[in-house]
Amino acid sequence: MSKHTKGPNLLHDNVGVLKSRMGTFYPGSHVIFRGHDLHTDLKDMDWVELYVFGITGRRFTKEQLRLMHSIWTYTSYPDVRLWNNRVAALAGSSRSTGNLGVAAALAVSEASIYGRGIDMRAISFLNRTRQHMNVGGNLAECIRLELELHRSIAGYGRPLINGDERNQHILELAKNLGLDQGSYLRLAFSIEETLFAGRWRMKMNYAGLVAALVADIGFSPREYYLFLFPAFLAGMQPCFIEASDRPEGTLYAIPCADILYEGESTRTWLNRNNS
Amino acid sequence: MSDTDNPNVIRSKIWREEPEPDNAFATRAAFCRGYDVYGEMLGQSRWVDMLFMLFQNEAPTTVQADLLETLAVALANPGPRDASVHAAMCGGVCGSTAASSLMAALAVGAGQLSGGREVFMSMEGWVECDTDLDAWRKRLAGLDAIPGSIWPAPDHPPGFDPHGVGTATSVKQTLACLARYGAGYRLPWLQQNLTGLEAASGCPLALSGVAAAAFTDLGFAPEQGEMLHLLLRLPGAAAHALEQRPLGYKNFPFGTVELEGEIAEESA
Repeated sequence: MSKHTKGPNLLHDNVGVLKSRMGTFYPGSHVIFRGHDLHTDLKDMDWVELYVFGITGRRFTKEQLRLMHSIWTYTSYPDVRLWNNRVAALAGSSRSTGNLGVAAALAVSEASIYGRGIDMRAISFLNRTRQHMNVGGNLAECIRLELELHRSIAGYGRPLINGDERNQHILELAKNLGLDQGSYLRLAFSIEETLFAGRWRMKMNYAGLVAALVADIGFSPREYYLFLFPAFLAGMQPCFIEASDRPEGTLYAIPCADILYEGESTRTWLNRNNS
Repeated sequence: MSDTDNPNVIRSKIWREEPEPDNAFATRAAFCRGYDVYGEMLGQSRWVDMLFMLFQNEAPTTVQADLLETLAVALANPGPRDASVHAAMCGGVCGSTAASSLMAALAVGAGQLSGGREVFMSMEGWVECDTDLDAWRKRLAGLDAIPGSIWPAPDHPPGFDPHGVGTATSVKQTLACLARYGAGYRLPWLQQNLTGLEAASGCPLALSGVAAAAFTDLGFAPEQGEMLHLLLRLPGAAAHALEQRPLGYKNFPFGTVELEGEIAEESA
């Protein structure tokens, strides 16, 4: 028992001990946030600035913060059909609490075909591809390997439609802010060119574009993943409110007949084969 | 409009409902895998029969139902030291909603240390290696992280206890009890090959590893075992969350944070 065993000495050393580099509060006195007094040193930060400082410990320029704000703004859709928003709305329709509905909606936003699952894959693919290219690798080979691993390229193509209404707006803003010249963005466009020209016919979507823009700001994949957590948030509350204001239980009302049953025929429990 | 043209249908092999004649939304009868739930199963079937059948097409045999029920007893309460139960108590102790306490237990109990993801990965081991000890040795030597995964790279071999010294008695008792049912060949094989597997992993077997073998012997796929593990550990989280509520936060550990780094001396 040696290779992976860490305790119980390690656990003993940690009984009753809470060490932190991140911060603490001194009731009635002050709060330390990543080494700074929240109410004096950081009091003028806007919320997104504090949020990304909490994640990275780094400061960002006004232009970078403006872009980060808009990355969230441009992908907040108050459309109840979207699966995560629908969770918040169903909570409203079922007369649950807004906090529970929205928390669950954010949790399901870590999906494999959209949201955090795709975001992590997108930035990871960009990172690995750039490393590969830096040592003389071939882009087509990177794409082939990624397709072998995941059967798709995160950030390209889209669940509902091939094309993304958000891209032109965020690109225009990035250009105006002087943040459209990064090497990850160039790589992302090269990937799109290769994919679109090839048999895949896939265009870059918002996840691919934003991953490149934020990687160019210097975020690691984990920082990027945590940054995007509230990305869809602003679209959720409207869905909750509307469903809460309508008669209870009327959102996605489903009659019994709308379960399309494809299973076993009716059978008798007492006569089942029980060996 | 036929069912296939109706964009509002939900497809299911699990569940069918018949409406009351006067209300298309009121259930006159519900059928699980073809069995009349309220008309026949109620009063005749066990909770574990229903649980098993929700995930699999056929009802469990008596032996399978017995094994699942015993496993459910073993998993029902990880106890207040467990991180998932601790999370639920953080909800309970301050009067957070019931659902939030269970959501907290699920989120924390979803992970790769004693949680749902650990069971999933351990069950993947059974799919990949079955009872091939050499294949297990190779797998336990180190799992590669999946590039781009939302899950962190595994810190220890799934199903084993990174903080253990020897196999905990409770784990041995659970394994011995579950293996006796003879519902499958994996639990007995795990018992017989425990020494070799623990040597290969460098850690003693954990309860999650026993659960993974049991779920596999019951015919569940890794994603089903993950769900069931999350579900079956909730009763203890719920009970401990409620227990802490009247005791209040003043009787619940809070602690003192020691700041590390440059600011520590100035701030204290």
